[in-house]
Amino acid sequence: MMQEGLDDGPDFLSEEDRGPRAVNVDLQTDATLQVDISDALSERDKVKFTVHTKSTLPNFKQNEFSVVRQHEEFIWLHDSFVENEDYAGYIIPPAPPRPDFDASREKLQKLGEGEGSMTKEEFTKMKQELEAEYLAIFKKTVAMHEVFLCRVAAHPVLRKDLNFHVFLEYNQDLSVRGKNKKEKLEDFFKNVVKSADGVLVAGVKDVDDFFEHEKTFLLEYHNRVKDASAKSDKMIRSHKSAADDINRIASSLYTLGTQDSTDLCKFFLKVSELFEKTRKIEARVAADEDLKLADLLKYYLRESQAAKDLLYRRSRALVDYENANKALDKARAKNRDVLQAETSQQLCCHKFEKISESAKQELIDFKTRRVAAFRKNLVELAELELKHAKGNLQLLQSCLGVLKGNT
Amino acid sequence: MAASSDRNPPPFPSSEEPEAGLSDMADGDSDEGEDIFVNNSNPVAVSRGVSQPDGVNEEPPDLFSEEEASNPITKSNGVHSDDDNDLFAEAHVELSTDKSGNSSGKDLSSVSGPRTTSSFNQSPASMQPTSLEQLEEEEAKDSFDVDVAVTNPEKVGDGMNAYMAYKVSTRSSLPMFRSKTFSVRRRFSDFLGLYEKLSVKQSLHGCIVPPPPEKSVVGMTKVKVGMDDPSSVEFVERRRAALERYIQRVVSHPSLLQDPDVREFLERDDLPRAVNTQALSGAGFLKMINKASDAVNKMTIKMNESDTWFEDKFQEVENEEQQLRKLHALVDSLVNHRKELCGNTAVFAKSMAMLGNSEDNTALSRALSQLAEVEDKMEQLHQEQAASDFFIFAELLADYIRLLGAVRGCFDQRMRAWQRWQEAQSTLQKKREAEAKLLWANKPEKLQQAKEEITEWEARVTQYERDFDRIGMTVRKEVLRFEKEKAKDFKSQIIKYLEAMLQSQQRLIKFWEAFLPEAKAIA
Repeated sequence: MMQEGLDDGPDFLSEEDRGPRAVNVDLQTDATLQVDISDALSERDKVKFTVHTKSTLPNFKQNEFSVVRQHEEFIWLHDSFVENEDYAGYIIPPAPPRPDFDASREKLQKLGEGEGSMTKEEFTKMKQELEAEYLAIFKKTVAMHEVFLCRVAAHPVLRKDLNFHVFLEYNQDLSVRGKNKKEKLEDFFKNVVKSADGVLVAGVKDVDDFFEHEKTFLLEYHNRVKDASAKSDKMIRSHKSAADDINRIASSLYTLGTQDSTDLCKFFLKVSELFEKTRKIEARVAADEDLKLADLLKYYLRESQAAKDLLYRRSRALVDYENANKALDKARAKNRDVLQAETSQQLCCHKFEKISESAKQELIDFKTRRVAAFRKNLVELAELELKHAKGNLQLLQSCLGVLKGNT
Repeated sequence: MAASSDRNPPPFPSSEEPEAGLSDMADGDSDEGEDIFVNNSNPVAVSRGVSQPDGVNEEPPDLFSEEEASNPITKSNGVHSDDDNDLFAEAHVELSTDKSGNSSGKDLSSVSGPRTTSSFNQSPASMQPTSLEQLEEEEAKDSFDVDVAVTNPEKVGDGMNAYMAYKVSTRSSLPMFRSKTFSVRRRFSDFLGLYEKLSVKQSLHGCIVPPPPEKSVVGMTKVKVGMDDPSSVEFVERRRAALERYIQRVVSHPSLLQDPDVREFLERDDLPRAVNTQALSGAGFLKMINKASDAVNKMTIKMNESDTWFEDKFQEVENEEQQLRKLHALVDSLVNHRKELCGNTAVFAKSMAMLGNSEDNTALSRALSQLAEVEDKMEQLHQEQAASDFFIFAELLADYIRLLGAVRGCFDQRMRAWQRWQEAQSTLQKKREAEAKLLWANKPEKLQQAKEEITEWEARVTQYERDFDRIGMTVRKEVLRFEKEKAKDFKSQIIKYLEAMLQSQQRLIKFWEAFLPEAKAIA
């Protein structure tokens, strides 16, 4: 990996990023079960993650082991949690987004095609830039997959899940095919039903103040995080474009500077050098903003959705419970199938109460995690901004000193 | 490239002015009080590094043939019989010697009689070593004492007949002006008109006449219609700054400053409207330059350069123009991306504020609001940086792209002069042949006429040859001066640009330093 240093290529793997990359979530690393992604390989159309586990739990055959997993297998694991009724009362850690190198790959390809039309320096430069971009995306997708696993491993109940253990340990392909068309269609309808239900359920005022507050809060929060996430992305993209422009300006100044050996040409060369260094810093600022701010927002967009889903499940259970009550009353009135109705009602009641109890804790934990994650990231963001600005300042000061001294 | 080896950078006299003063040049300054620009109360020194404390008042040995001294009127800048001031008469004579000789800004203040001249008649090539060095020394000793500023754009009139009037203020201790400080109001077409007059007169002598900023129908229409949006304001500011730089360049040119049209432009209260300025719109100007190049390209007789300096320099100029165009396009792209960044940051700041509002943890909510404020301040920074990118960097490049076009025009004028000389020579040849034929055919009446014609054309050939030599000298001198100015200009502007960046970073640091404790306070 690249070292940190102003003169090197863009450094996306600084100290804070090494080790467990649980950037967006504040997780206590627990010796009984530690999971991380120790390596990753990008092949033409898939990424292979090496999932590394260290555990003192008796469930596993060894204390330390690794397996290779692909994105689809993460999704399978996530979906298995969602579909498991026992976990209805928990916030299911959001699934990592699919690795998307398409845009980057396309750019690299275009560059290859256009190789003839630019100078060797320009080509090398652009290639380096695109490779850096590719690396950044790669690093991000690794981080997001890792965070998912860490969240599961940190959850008191989910960490015991059998599928999870299989995922961690089974060293062969899980043969998890992606969902076929029929299944995807089913999913689609499930979501439609869910959103329709959601509207219905949202209309029901909750007796419990805590949950009522949470519902209102989450609805608004989720929307605003979504908005902030989208806008942060746009802002950072503009920042990157500006940095790219500075890069090209530096090259152009360099060409001007090499035309001759006059004072002015030497001046141009010095300024070109400055711009090269400055734009590297600018690129890192954009990258850090991306990691600490944009990714944070994106993550909490997904988490807040998962929290909303939990609330939905609880509301659904409440509705079922209320319906079961009504059915029981009716059965008692008619004095028919009373026992059945009673059992059904008890089950619903039990389910609802169980969900409510764990949901309350989950939501409190969510808040704690969120506050801690924001704190960590905002502090790191501010520190990085300061570090880069000071670096820039120093460059400018020393360059101006030289330029003014020479003229 | 070969030229550079001939041209050693002149040893700067120790009393050269400090560069710091240059960075305050009024180029990008706005009177509308943008943070980043120093608000100059005085019009700033025009001299772009060519100023020199007075006292250096040597008479340079005249290097150039002074036959023209006998014909002051034809060589001087045209017009001027209306000036009854002795001063001007003297200045004209000075001017004629100047035209073919060294620049003598310093002579402006010391109006002595016509200088003694030493006759000297060598071809440019052999004069090269001494003349170049001495030319450079001359340049270094020039001193200027004219400050011009263009300020206070005001809309005059209404609707489509409206126009912007600018205040042109001059401050000078030169005796050629009526008073020490004065100002007039001028409109854009007046500036174009001045350029037209100057280029017609001066470029024939190989002078590099600074080109004015371009016309813009779209920009002006918006202003006329009365739109007060930021882009109109920016347009007017851009134009004002460009006009200021234009007029500063004109008055800092020793020969042009002498031109009565320039004086009239600066002083006269009521300037007759310039007509036919369409030709001088951006496209028109380029067309003019290209027409000259075309004429040169169509020359059937290729010039045999005894001195490769001209060829090499022309090539250099063309290359540089190309490079600057490329760079300008890149800087333009940067300006646009920064403006985009500006907009996106503002939008993001608002979004962050909203998020902070809905966050129910108090400390985090406050921190998010603070972050929104920081981002708001960043937007301000980006805006200023974009303005700096544009007004300092991009406009500098645009100016020099135009100026390099003018330089090319100079070279073409020299070629035209050569062409005229060659054509005269061939006409003379024809006349001589005709005379020979007449002699043989024994027609005494026609013979006399033929002899007269031969004498006439002989004189012309001599004249055109001298013109050609003279224009060559002027072009050389002009190019040297231009290069010096350009180097100083670029250096001072880029330093100014970098200083703006530096200030930007300092403020950025303050913002984030203020935010950090807020972030740490989240609990």
